[in-house]
Amino acid sequence: MLRNVKWIIVVSVLAITFVANATAGEVEVLHWWTSGGEAAAVQELQKMLQNEGHTWRDFAVAGGAGANAMTALKSRAVSGNPPTAAQVKGPQIQEWAALGVLTNLDDVAQAENWDKLVPGVVADIMKYEGHWVAVPVNVHRINWLWCNPAVFQKAGAQYPKTWDEFFAACEKIQKAGLIPVGFGGQAWQEATAWESIVAGVGGTDFYKKTLIQADEQALASDTMVKALDIFKRIKPYTDRNAPGRDWNLATTMVIKGEAAMQFMGDWAKGEFTAAGKLPGKDYDALTVPGTADAFLFNVDSFIMFEVKDPAAKAAQKAMARLILSPDFQVAFNVSKGSIPVRAGIAETPFDAVAIASMKDFEATAKSGGLMPSMAHEMAVSPAVRGAMFDVITNFYNSDMSAADAAQKLADAVREAKM
Amino acid sequence: MHPTSRSSKWFAALETALPKIVVAPSFMVMVVFIYGFILWTLYLSMTRSSFLPSYDFVGLAQYAKLWRIERWGVAVRNLLIYGGLFIFFCTLFGLLLAIFLDQKIRIEGALRTVYLYPLALSFVVTGTAWKWLLNPGLGIERLVREWGWSTFTFDWLVTSEMSIYCVVIAAVWQSTGFVMAMFLAGLRGIDDAIIKAAQVDGASLPRIYHKIIIPSLRPVFFSTFIILMHIAIKSFDLVVVLTRGGPGYASDLPATFMYSYAFTRGRLALGAASAMMMFFMVMAVIVPYLYSELRRKQHA
Amino acid sequence: MPDTSRPSQREIAGRLLIYGVLLLFVLYFLLPLLVMVITSIKSMEEIRTGNLISLPRHPTIEPWIKAWSYATIGVTNEGIKGFFWNSIRMVIPAVLISTLIGALNGYVLAKWRFRGSDTFFAMLLLGCFIPFQVILLPMARTLGFLGLAESFWGLVLVHIIYGLAFTTLFFRNYYVAVPDELVKAARIDGAGFFRIFLRIMLPISKPIFMVTIIWQTTQIWNDFLFGVCFSTGATQPITVALNNLVNTSSSVKEYNVDMAGAIIAALPTLFVYFVAGKYFVRGLTAGAVKG
Repeated sequence: MLRNVKWIIVVSVLAITFVANATAGEVEVLHWWTSGGEAAAVQELQKMLQNEGHTWRDFAVAGGAGANAMTALKSRAVSGNPPTAAQVKGPQIQEWAALGVLTNLDDVAQAENWDKLVPGVVADIMKYEGHWVAVPVNVHRINWLWCNPAVFQKAGAQYPKTWDEFFAACEKIQKAGLIPVGFGGQAWQEATAWESIVAGVGGTDFYKKTLIQADEQALASDTMVKALDIFKRIKPYTDRNAPGRDWNLATTMVIKGEAAMQFMGDWAKGEFTAAGKLPGKDYDALTVPGTADAFLFNVDSFIMFEVKDPAAKAAQKAMARLILSPDFQVAFNVSKGSIPVRAGIAETPFDAVAIASMKDFEATAKSGGLMPSMAHEMAVSPAVRGAMFDVITNFYNSDMSAADAAQKLADAVREAKM
Repeated sequence: MHPTSRSSKWFAALETALPKIVVAPSFMVMVVFIYGFILWTLYLSMTRSSFLPSYDFVGLAQYAKLWRIERWGVAVRNLLIYGGLFIFFCTLFGLLLAIFLDQKIRIEGALRTVYLYPLALSFVVTGTAWKWLLNPGLGIERLVREWGWSTFTFDWLVTSEMSIYCVVIAAVWQSTGFVMAMFLAGLRGIDDAIIKAAQVDGASLPRIYHKIIIPSLRPVFFSTFIILMHIAIKSFDLVVVLTRGGPGYASDLPATFMYSYAFTRGRLALGAASAMMMFFMVMAVIVPYLYSELRRKQHA
Repeated sequence: MPDTSRPSQREIAGRLLIYGVLLLFVLYFLLPLLVMVITSIKSMEEIRTGNLISLPRHPTIEPWIKAWSYATIGVTNEGIKGFFWNSIRMVIPAVLISTLIGALNGYVLAKWRFRGSDTFFAMLLLGCFIPFQVILLPMARTLGFLGLAESFWGLVLVHIIYGLAFTTLFFRNYYVAVPDELVKAARIDGAGFFRIFLRIMLPISKPIFMVTIIWQTTQIWNDFLFGVCFSTGATQPITVALNNLVNTSSSVKEYNVDMAGAIIAALPTLFVYFVAGKYFVRGLTAGAVKG
C-alpha cells in the first residue's frame, strides 16, 4: 500500500487544484498542542498566517504525546486526504519523506538561510536526502534536574555535580525524612531519567553510540551496565507511590517541598511558574550529573504534504517561513516554555532557565554535545525506541540485574531492527 | 390473503423472501466491513508492514516473533485474569442489582441512573479520579489511615503483581450498570403470571428466582457474556489512563499491546498478528458456547 | 410482587437487606464521581497545595464556566460547547438507524428463521471481536473510495456498521423469548411480515429498545477512535474535543477544568438514561401476551 498511498495523495491533490482559489491559500494543520500554553503558542502562528491572507483549518488531536495524532494522520493519508501540514517529529519525518509525498522546502530554506541558522544536528533530522522537508519549531532540553533549595538546606545537602555527590545528597535528604527524588513511574518518564544518566555516565560519544546509532555491542557493554546500575540505585530514593504518577504531580512534590529533585525536561518550568515560584530563588534547574556539556534535545517540527494548488502551496511555504521567523520564535517559545531553534534571537523576553538553555544550545552545537533525545522520539525509529522502553521499564520495576538488562537491551534492539 | 391470482402469488413469494431481503443489507455489510477487513488484517499479519501497510509476504514470521516477545505473554496472561474476573463480577453484581431493583423499589429510577452513569463518562477523565482513589498516597489508603487504621494498606495500583486487579475494579464499576439494565429488561419481559402461579403453589421468592426466573434469563446471560467479553478484549482507555500498562508493563493488555505496536511503534504487521491472535483466542472461547447455545434453541 | 398484606419480620429483614445492598453499591458507584465533582469546584491553587481528594475550602464554579465556554481547545478559545452539537447531530441518526435495523434483524433471526440464519447470526457476533483499531486503515481506505472520507455521513456509517452486531443480538435474544405461537396465530389470521412486527413485536419491545438505545448512545457518544480518525477540525465529536481539552504534552494541567468538562460531556447521555428509563416498565405482561 505504500505506493498506493502516494498515488492516492497525488490524485486527490490534483482534484483540489481546480477548485482552489489562487491567491489566498488554506492550510489544514494537524497538531497536538491543544490546550493551555501550548495552544496559545499555536494561536500565534495562526494569527500570523491570517495576517498574510491565508486561512488556517485546525485539526487538533491530543493524547499520548502525539500518538493519537499519528494514528489520525495515517488514516487520513490512507483515505487519500492528508492534511496539508502535520506535526511530525524525529525519524518519522524520514518515513513520510521516503513515500515521496512531502513538499520540498529547499527554496524557503535557501531564502531564509536555514542552513546557517539551525544547528546541523537538528537540520539533519529535518532533511531527507539533503532536502529540507520539515520545519523545526522549538527546542526542549531533557537533561535537567529540578531542585528545591529549601529541601537541600533543611537536609544539609549540597547540589550534586557527580553521581557520588548525587547519592550522598539523597542519603542526607532521606535521613531528614524527605523524599530525595520526586518520580513518576511511567515508561516515558523512566526513559527520560535513564537517557540522561546514560549521557552522564558514559559521556556524549557513548550516548551517540547507544541511543542514536543503537549499536548492540555498546548497548550490552560494561558502561551500560554501570549506567543501568545508577538508574536502579535511584529507586530506593523515590517514594512507593511513584508508579503511574503523572510527571506534573511529581513536579508538584518538588514545588511543595515534599521531594528534593526531579528528572524532567524543561517543560517542568511551567508548573513552577504556574505555582508562582521563581527560578534561582524557589527552585533551581541543574543539569543531570555528568551532563553539563551535553544537551539532549526534543525538537517539534511540521511536515508539509505535497499539494499542486499554487495558493495552498504558497500558504504552506508562508507557514514554513513564519515558523522560523524571529517574531514567531519568540512568541511561541515564551508561551510554551521552550527555546528558539534558530540562532540570532534576543535573550530578553526569556527567563533565566531558558537563557541558560539557549547558551548551552549554542555551545553544545559547536562542541558536539548537542544530541537528540531517545525518549522523546528524536533519535531512533519508533520500533527501536519501543524495544528500549520495554526493557528499561521492566528492568526498573522488577528485580532484573543490570547485566541481564544490558543484554536484553541489545537483544530487543536487534529484534526491533529486523 | 389467499394466493388465488397471479399477483398475489408473486406477493406470496415476496412474503417468503422478505425475511431474507430484510437481513440482506446487514449481511453484505458484514461480509465487506467485518470479514473483508479481517482477511485484510490476516494478510497484513503475514507481511513486513512497518508504519504503513505493505504487501510483501513473509508467512508466519510475525507470529513467531510475537510469541517470543515477553510483553505479549504478560498481556495474554493479564487478559485471562482480567477478562475472567471482569465477566464474573459484572454478571454477578448486574444480576443481583437487577433482581433487587425489581422488588418494587421506591427510588428505582434514581438508583438505576446511579448504576448506569459510569457508562456515560469518558474514561479519559474518570480514569484520573480512579487513579487518585487507588493511589495509596492520595486515595483510599490515605483516607482510611487518617481515620485511624494506621496499618491499613491498599497499594495494588503501585504493585506489579496486583495492578491488573485495579483495572478490574474500575472496569466492573464502569460496566455493571449496563449488565444490570440487560437483566432488568429480561426480568421485565417475564410474564408476571408465572411468578404469581408459583407463589400460589407456595414456593418462596428465592426459590422462584432460583428455579424459574434465572433459568428463563438464559438468552440474557448469553448476551451479557458476549457483550462483556467484547468489552474485556477491547479494554483500552482503562489501562492507558489508570496504569499506562505499568508498573513496567505488568498490567498491559493485548489491546494496548496491539495499538502500541501497530500505530505508535510502526510495526503494523506485528500489531496485525497480535490482533489476529486476540481474534483466535476469542473464537476458541466463544465458538463452542455459540454453537451449543444456538443448537439448544433448535431442539427446544 | 410478594403479597404484602401483613409483612412478617422475615420480610422486613429481607427488605432491609435489599436496600442495604443497593445503597452499598451506590457508594461504590458514586465515589469516583464525588472525587470529580470535588475537584471540579476547587481552584487550581487549592488543588496544587492541598490533598487531591479533600473537600474544597473555597468552592467555585469557575472551572465549569471555563470548560463550557472559554477553555482553549486547539486554536479556538470557546470551550467544549461548540462540539456538543457535532456529537448530537451524529448520535441521533446513528443510534436510530442501527437500532431499527437491529430490531428487524433480530425479529427475522428469532421468528423467521431460514437456512443459514443461525450461521449469519454467529458470524455477525464473532466478527465484532476483531479489535477496532485494526480496521482503521482499511476503513479509511474504503471511505475514501466511497467519497465519504472526513464527511459527516462517513462517520455515521461507521457507527451504524459496527453497532449492528449488538443491536441484532439484543433484539434477537429478546424476541426468542416471545412465544412462537403468537406469531403463528397472527400468520394464520393473515398478518404479514411487517404487520406482525408492527402490531405484535414492537409494542412489547420497550425494555429492549431501552437497553439498545443505552448501549448505542453510550458507545457512539463516547467513541474516540473513530471520531478522531474519520472526522476533522470543526466537525469533531465532543470526545475528541474533551480529549484535546484534557491532554497536554507539556502545559500545566488544569484538573478542575478537566473534571468539569468530563461531567458536562456526559450530561446528554445521562439525560438519555434518565428519560429512557421510564420505558423500563414491565413489557410482556399477561395482558399483552394474551391480547
